[in-house]
Amino acid sequence: MFAAAGDSMLSHGMKQTGNISLHHLQGVLLALLNPWVAVGIVLLLAFVVLNMNALSWADLTYVLPATSFGYVLIALIARFVLHEHVSPLRWFGIALISGGVGFVAGGPMLTSHPEQVVPVGAKPATLSSGLES
Amino acid sequence: MNQVHTWLGILVVAFASVVGDVLLARAMREVGDVHDLWRRHGLWSVVSRVLSNPNLSFGVAAMAVAFFSLLFTLSWGDVSLVAPAAASLTFIGNAFAARVFLHERVDRRRWIAAVLVAGGVALLAG
Repeated sequence: MFAAAGDSMLSHGMKQTGNISLHHLQGVLLALLNPWVAVGIVLLLAFVVLNMNALSWADLTYVLPATSFGYVLIALIARFVLHEHVSPLRWFGIALISGGVGFVAGGPMLTSHPEQVVPVGAKPATLSSGLES
Repeated sequence: MNQVHTWLGILVVAFASVVGDVLLARAMREVGDVHDLWRRHGLWSVVSRVLSNPNLSFGVAAMAVAFFSLLFTLSWGDVSLVAPAAASLTFIGNAFAARVFLHERVDRRRWIAAVLVAGGVALLAG
């Protein structure tokens, strides 16, 4: 949700700001002052933190398909909030992603054993305590 | 020749993205469940453990390589080819890499999910 909302706000803000030329990079700083862009960046940072949080207790092959549901949210926001045209092919893409998320959501979140990713010199007690809960 | 450059760029973007995702996942697995750590040791302990993990630094560096490779590749090829192809290859590559390097049990359910999401992303971005 944070990624979808952040991307949408960035898109809306950048459309208000206008094109940024490579010869006038100060336009990037002006774009940061746009409230839509600023809030969008904050939401995307929140997504990064939450994504890292999820990776601490779930598999990568669980988290990636699950978070890809954001693509579906972006398409829905584009269609119903920004009133953009979404082609039938894109609706089919939304259906495929939703199906993929449904498939992975029905399985276990964590399948790997903590001792298999312990690096040389790490503290096993810390690692196991984190993954048992 | 330009087509070759574009596809080489797509492969570099996908490879760097997979390396970044796997290293980030490995870093967070080594840190442990952040809820548990936060409850027992406080927020500062979580932040310091995350930031001091070398895999996190390498993962962020790999993601930076992926980002700048994407910028270069977009200058060689159409965004309607580069974005979906790179995203789809990254999903499939992550399933392989997670199985080999993170020892995740990628069963049929997860393979189907990876292929469906990769196909869906290709259609959405295309």
